[in-house]
Amino acid sequence: MTLANTQPQALEFECETGNYHTFCPISCVAWLYQKIEDSFFLVIGTKTCGYFLQNAMGVMIFAEPRYAMAELEEGDISAQLNDYEELKRLCLQIKRDRNPSVIVWIGTCTTEIIKMDLEGLSPRLEAEIGIPIVVARANGLDYAFTQGEDTVLAAMAHRCPDQAPVAEAEKEERGGITKLLNFGRKKEEVDAAESEYVDHAPLVLFGSVPDPVVTQITLELKKQGIKVSGWLPSKRYTELPVLGEGYYVAGINPFLSRTASTLMRRRKCKLVGAPFPIGPDGTRAWIEKICSVLEIEPQGLEEREAKIWQSLEDYLQIIRGKSVYFMGDNLLEVSLARFLTRCGMTVHEVGIPYMDKRYQAAELKLLEQTCHEMGTPTPKIVEKPDNYNQIQRIYQLEPDLVITGMAHANPLEARGINTKWSVEFTFAQIHGFSNARDILELVTRPLRRNSSLKDLGWDKLVREKAPH
Amino acid sequence: MKLAYWMYAGPAHIGTLRIASSFKNVHAIMHAPIGDDYFNVMRSMLARERDFTPVTTSVVDRNVLARGSQEKVVDNITRKDQEEHPDLIVLTPTCTSSILQEDLQNFVERAQIDAQGDVMLADVNHYRVNELQAADRTLQQIVVYYLNKAKKKGELPTDKTEKPSVNILGITTLGFHNNHDVKELRRLMADLGIEVNAVIPDGASVHELKNLPRAWFNLVPYREIGPDTAQYLQSEFDMPYVDITPMGIVETARCIRAVQKILNEQGADVSYEGFIDEQTRFASQAAWFSRSIDCQNLTGKKCVVFGDSTHAAALTKILAREMGIHVVLAGSYCKNDTEWFKQEVSEYCDEILISEDHGEIGDAIARIEPAAIFGTQMERHVGKRLDIPCGVIAAPIHVQNFPVGYRPFLGYEGANQVVDLIYNSFTLGMEDHLLEIFGGHDTKEVITKTMSADSDLSWTKDGTAELNKIPGFVRGKVKRNTEKFARDRGITAISAEVLYAAKEAVGA
Ligand code: SF4
Ligand code: SF4
Repeated sequence: MTLANTQPQALEFECETGNYHTFCPISCVAWLYQKIEDSFFLVIGTKTCGYFLQNAMGVMIFAEPRYAMAELEEGDISAQLNDYEELKRLCLQIKRDRNPSVIVWIGTCTTEIIKMDLEGLSPRLEAEIGIPIVVARANGLDYAFTQGEDTVLAAMAHRCPDQAPVAEAEKEERGGITKLLNFGRKKEEVDAAESEYVDHAPLVLFGSVPDPVVTQITLELKKQGIKVSGWLPSKRYTELPVLGEGYYVAGINPFLSRTASTLMRRRKCKLVGAPFPIGPDGTRAWIEKICSVLEIEPQGLEEREAKIWQSLEDYLQIIRGKSVYFMGDNLLEVSLARFLTRCGMTVHEVGIPYMDKRYQAAELKLLEQTCHEMGTPTPKIVEKPDNYNQIQRIYQLEPDLVITGMAHANPLEARGINTKWSVEFTFAQIHGFSNARDILELVTRPLRRNSSLKDLGWDKLVREKAPH
Repeated sequence: MKLAYWMYAGPAHIGTLRIASSFKNVHAIMHAPIGDDYFNVMRSMLARERDFTPVTTSVVDRNVLARGSQEKVVDNITRKDQEEHPDLIVLTPTCTSSILQEDLQNFVERAQIDAQGDVMLADVNHYRVNELQAADRTLQQIVVYYLNKAKKKGELPTDKTEKPSVNILGITTLGFHNNHDVKELRRLMADLGIEVNAVIPDGASVHELKNLPRAWFNLVPYREIGPDTAQYLQSEFDMPYVDITPMGIVETARCIRAVQKILNEQGADVSYEGFIDEQTRFASQAAWFSRSIDCQNLTGKKCVVFGDSTHAAALTKILAREMGIHVVLAGSYCKNDTEWFKQEVSEYCDEILISEDHGEIGDAIARIEPAAIFGTQMERHVGKRLDIPCGVIAAPIHVQNFPVGYRPFLGYEGANQVVDLIYNSFTLGMEDHLLEIFGGHDTKEVITKTMSADSDLSWTKDGTAELNKIPGFVRGKVKRNTEKFARDRGITAISAEVLYAAKEAVGA
């Protein structure tokens, strides 16, 4: 094939057995309840689900919890009890104790198996108790880890108002971020602030990120004269963004394909298909794409990206020329692989629980292009990986770093292989220009730590066994 | 349905997996949805295990739900059999997958045809029992399986060991300080001149199980895991057992005397009284320490004890009997062991509470206002909120229960550790209190106060709001860096934008 040298090498996709370790998607409760401050999350499942949340996630349900388990007991499973009455009893108790603005029911494998009709029950109950009930079926039969957030946001997308319910002036006060930016300013100043924006079609961003990231991204777009009219999710359920027909929507996370399609199909929004704003390269590409659909000429992005890269140089020196292997856990893998390739690393393999080639199309293309530009081979993308096989490959490839779920990190370290937990990328602030540093802080930490321990000569901490 | 926020004991499959993965070269296949495999995480992260957890999920997904597992489970078993050559593969559902009512026994039988190793289905009712009961049951099931197998093959030894010997039952992975306890028990047995014939299941091979009947007796240090096996060995092989937990000076002595009685009944002629006396009065520090002037101030102090049966009962006795501390309430979450618990502690405390509802215990603590709590991580948290110190004495397991240093709860060294824990809980509580009085803690208010004071710079509201979102322990640094950045550039009002610009510039 003569073309291979001139054209970017195409990505290779593979599907393995699906016997890999990841977290249950109901774990999204752990960050979403914090994000949406007036919410209550009710996970309807078994003790197995509850013990998972309590233990593996380390999110012990302590003080002032805004989530709980509706623990199904034998009577529920054998259908001797009436689901509606049972849920009503629990939701009334939640209303009395916490009075949230919304109750989010998180379905689980068990509600799927016993075919509990949550969507059918919720409208009647919500009318009866007077609190909106959003149903998300974040079960482990269909989804992995971060996709739980996708099911919740897709369900919430239905609840966004389709037009501003109040007069224009008051609307300005609604959005948390608008409020934040205008805080303390007088009316004239607010008007003046309005003029900092270009007149463009409304843009709503989706994906749950910590508030500081919301501010950063909003400000970043403001530099281009772009106004973010809302975020899904918002800080409060009562402040869900308006989603009118023809609004532009852009995802901030690579695992939100259901939300994206709900927004397009059900809310008739227009999806901005872009790589994700992870790493300076991705952030620039993301902003550029938004600018282009909004017909805005981007200002100073190239310089901004270059400056960020410059500031990363101390970290880049540590990882340049090194190799990394993603076992696959949180669906951030392709974006991180693309960023690390741009940083000068070689990516051996990108394991990923689920690959939506359409929603991730622009990201995949950028990965391919980045590999080509950096002169590194394109990684194999392994959907539904098999951890056992992966570990054999890791032994062979001897990567400098393995990004892995929590189950394998310690055993790999004990065998002298540097690891970083994938979950850390889920919880850290990794989006936008300035947080690129935080990603590299995480990526380089095992390398820095282990290089300072290297001289001790202890890198293998298990006894050699004869191979089978 | 019930509203649940916290569980003291996990679901049944966790217990089964704890037993299976404690054994050497035993693999478990879990018939479950993918998110149920967090046992692997617990073992790797909490217990800091170096080896890959020998548990593989045979994934229940949409396809399995629609069409059943078909060949999947059987294939996963035989695959693991070929890859790792385990001696035994234990198949278990989780409570979720057990609703599917697939015929797992049939899968096991089919897999056994091709598998080199043994294959078994953990026989546990996932609807009725918790982690601890399931662990107790699974250990017994595996022991019965291998003893029957040996019997059939005529490989069952009929003799006893020459010297007095013991099997220690119920030491497991992810057990509360089990790894330290077993070391201490081995030491104690050595001191008593007793050989350790076997420790199960932790680190044991299933092939050794046929030798269990050679021991002179069984020791069951914990009430939660091990009794089923001890009872089986007693009824089938006439093996006596001691189930007195050797925790605290008094109970350790009682346990040793029970051992002495059993050995002498079998013709040994041992007397441990001298050893007990020497240990109690001179070698161990615990008895002296409780007598010392240090501990005088603890007399009559009120406390609450809560945990599993074993630890809560033992601690109650130590506090009341050995240290003169007033146990107002003793409680346990092991509902299935209510009767025993009540009988053991009733003379040492005012109230008894048996409950799985953490709210009930929290309320009781708030009402009693004890000077210290001895409980689980949950009570520790309750204590934090109420400003009452808490020593953690029982599972649910937490990474803090895997200290790197030696911290047994059992035997004489365990007694030392326990008095340390008790003493420190009370006194650290006092120190903490002093710190609070003199404002030694870094509180939020302090930071916001210094924020706008004596500075030529001002923070806008959004700037302050962003600053406050930064975690407390780095906030000061971020603030300093941002102000330096602003000064250098002649910015007088620091907004959120300036904050982030500074963060980029200095990489703070
Ligand atoms: S995989 Fe299913 S059963 Fe397991 S914790 Fe998740 S929702 Fe619950
Ligand atoms: S009662 Fe049922 S649902 Fe609850 S833990 Fe037991 S088996 Fe699972």
